[in-house]
Amino acid sequence: MDMSQYLEIFIEESKEHLQGLNQSLLELEKNPQDVPMLNEIFRVAHTLKGMAGTMGFNKMAKLTHDMENVLHALRNNEINVDTNLVDIMFKCLDALENYVNEIVSNGSEGSNEYADIITGLNNALRKKGSIKEDAIKNVPESTLKATEVVVNKENKAEFATADFELNEYEQALVVKAHQMEMNVLKITIVLNKGCLLKSARSFIIFQALERSSEVIKSVPRVEDIEDEKFDFEFTVVIVSKEDEVYFTKELNSIAEVDNVIITKISEDTKAVSNDAKEAGHVLEQNGEDHENVDVKAEADHQKSGSASKNIKTTKTVRVDIDRLDVLMNLVSELIIIKTRLEGLNEIKGNQDYNEVIEYFERVTTNLHDAVMKVRMVPVETVFNRFPRMLRDIAKNLGKEIILEMSGEETELDRTVIDEIGDPLIHLLRNSADHGIESLEKRKALGKNEAGHIFLKAYQDGNNVVIEVEDDGQGIDVEKVKKKAIERGLINKDSAKSLSQKDIVDFLFKPSFSTTDQITDLSGRGVGLDVVKTKIETLGGIVEVETESGKGSKFIIRLPLTLAIIQALLVQICDEKYAIPLSSIREIIKVKVEDIKMVQKQEIILLRNMIVPIIRIGNILDVPQSEDSKKVLTVVIVKKGEKLSGFLVDNLIGQHEIVIKSLGKLLSGINIIAGATILGDGNVALILDVNSLAI
Amino acid sequence: MSEAVALHTTQFVVFILSNEQYGLNIQMVNNIEKMIPITRVPKTPDFIKGVINLRGEIVPIMDLSQRFGLSIQEETEETRIIIVKYEDILVGIIVDEVKEVMNIAEDSIESITSIGNENFKDSILGAGKVDGSVITLLNIEKLVKIA
Repeated sequence: MDMSQYLEIFIEESKEHLQGLNQSLLELEKNPQDVPMLNEIFRVAHTLKGMAGTMGFNKMAKLTHDMENVLHALRNNEINVDTNLVDIMFKCLDALENYVNEIVSNGSEGSNEYADIITGLNNALRKKGSIKEDAIKNVPESTLKATEVVVNKENKAEFATADFELNEYEQALVVKAHQMEMNVLKITIVLNKGCLLKSARSFIIFQALERSSEVIKSVPRVEDIEDEKFDFEFTVVIVSKEDEVYFTKELNSIAEVDNVIITKISEDTKAVSNDAKEAGHVLEQNGEDHENVDVKAEADHQKSGSASKNIKTTKTVRVDIDRLDVLMNLVSELIIIKTRLEGLNEIKGNQDYNEVIEYFERVTTNLHDAVMKVRMVPVETVFNRFPRMLRDIAKNLGKEIILEMSGEETELDRTVIDEIGDPLIHLLRNSADHGIESLEKRKALGKNEAGHIFLKAYQDGNNVVIEVEDDGQGIDVEKVKKKAIERGLINKDSAKSLSQKDIVDFLFKPSFSTTDQITDLSGRGVGLDVVKTKIETLGGIVEVETESGKGSKFIIRLPLTLAIIQALLVQICDEKYAIPLSSIREIIKVKVEDIKMVQKQEIILLRNMIVPIIRIGNILDVPQSEDSKKVLTVVIVKKGEKLSGFLVDNLIGQHEIVIKSLGKLLSGINIIAGATILGDGNVALILDVNSLAI
Repeated sequence: MSEAVALHTTQFVVFILSNEQYGLNIQMVNNIEKMIPITRVPKTPDFIKGVINLRGEIVPIMDLSQRFGLSIQEETEETRIIIVKYEDILVGIIVDEVKEVMNIAEDSIESITSIGNENFKDSILGAGKVDGSVITLLNIEKLVKIA
């Protein structure tokens, strides 16, 4: 059977499942007793196995099957969750991801058998003692027998849910009940296999029970019964004044209840097992029923597995990214046409035309906003691999690090999301490696043993801000200064007048590093420089705030929308240029005399702030014409927190423009962010404020 | 008597640059446009004149005469921009006049590495001899590299 048409879906869904498994496993590590989480993991692993098997990826299926065995043992409390086990499981997930990546690039799983991981898994299983081991090993591979829980259970109890022990607290309750001369009964209820709303039915049963008794234990737990996470039977232990005859009658009168088995719990029974006599004749029948139950429960597992997989994606549609791009391009073209329409002379004067154009403008703006929203993706998709990554890094470094993330729902354009992952990983690694001190150091300093890294994302005006903050040792400014002097980037005297900010900026220079040791993770002095470049390519900026001993904060600011922006068109001599409106603070007129010189830099005083003046005409090599103006127009732009003033000749006006790339040949020019097509069909270049400003 | 004659012929678009004939492999020629206003782009080599708006797309424009150090001709009615595409790089080349499309057989192409100045050499595939005239065939791959 040709499965290639399903290959894409398989890859997409596998990736999602694996991501979910990573998260769930992390949760499980924190809360080893979390049974629903364990069940969820089992379900997802099982779904993966089924998918891999269907597609003929047998190695994947085998690995997942072995994983399942371990999960199964965990579920039965035959082995415990410890870091070694979790590590093996994570290795499994990595191996599965590798298989998927192989499939993506080559169409087949590759030849890696990961024998070492499989050995690891088997070792974990071996820990639980020899008796049960055989039972597990005999599990056949066919997917039908998924609910091995029921089938393989020892033959002592034909009702799987009925075989359990009471813990100390429950035993105490039993004793108390007997003291008060109440009956303690163990009731196993088997529902009719045709029962559709099991949770509703069990609710009714519980109501009936609670009318005349108190339920002190339930297998499975009440929450699981409410979520229909059981096959067709459950067992409860109740305390009541009434006796077994009463309850037999009561419960059997409820519809869809097939069987009610009640045993009395006497004072000194610890292990409560079924009375073999009672169940005798029912044994065979139930044996069969269990087989059928398996199949049905298997189907249920598959269904509920996929349903509970993604809590957030209730009504979503998978859309090919290329189609989104086509949509975006068409909207961009529409806006260009709109601008040209506005410029046509026949239209300018005419009242009616103007009204129509205005309406047209509103609709296109709304359309643009809607399409931009479609391209927006929550940063969560990038953030969600970090907890796992940081866990591994912390382990490698022998440090304890807690990652706190907030604002994961903040959205960024799809193209930015793709690129922002690597810089963030580097910053996180930096914080973990250089920022957070070792356990001993932290203790000595009186800090919490566990270092904290905060990852925050939020929207600020037209930007999205991502902060990576740690409570480590901060950046040693003196060390940086010394290194900079050593490298000859600055001489001793000028170094004195540098602000902390300027000094820290040296870290972003290529090949700059102050660590004495180069570790696997960092220290080669390559990272921060690459981070800065990457972020600037996205049109954003990165800044650092640091305090010695307290920690550091890296702040990344990214523009929200990429393709269509509001801009100010300006004229410099005979050439027209566009400045993105989001970068503009204000526009002022300045008298020639007001320009002062400070250290060979022209500046003006803007409400008592010193703002450097930049003659962009010179930087852009604009052929100069005679200029003897007395009053100059200055556009004050902001780069992060800093202001600069761009000197222009004329203001043309505010326009909505479509950013077009300059093409591969010319995209390396950093002072030009792109180009736009004006209403008259001519091209105007868009200035990159960050590169031109100081 | 060998009957196997090298019948590999390639089609070339032949144009005039500073009174000399040049050719570009037609496979890589996208289209030919009339002259339109060019917007200057700062910080580019001299021979990059700027960019144009080609039906909504921004295309950089190159002046080959300037690049090869030939005498620069004035713009006339015949001046054209030949848009070439190599891999996914688009570039427009200003030429004085576009003449025709010619079939040139592979064995009529002679390599002329000894002639021509430095700026030139890399960009030349060879010289094609057709009907008594010589056409300098250009290597587009090298042309689009401006570093």
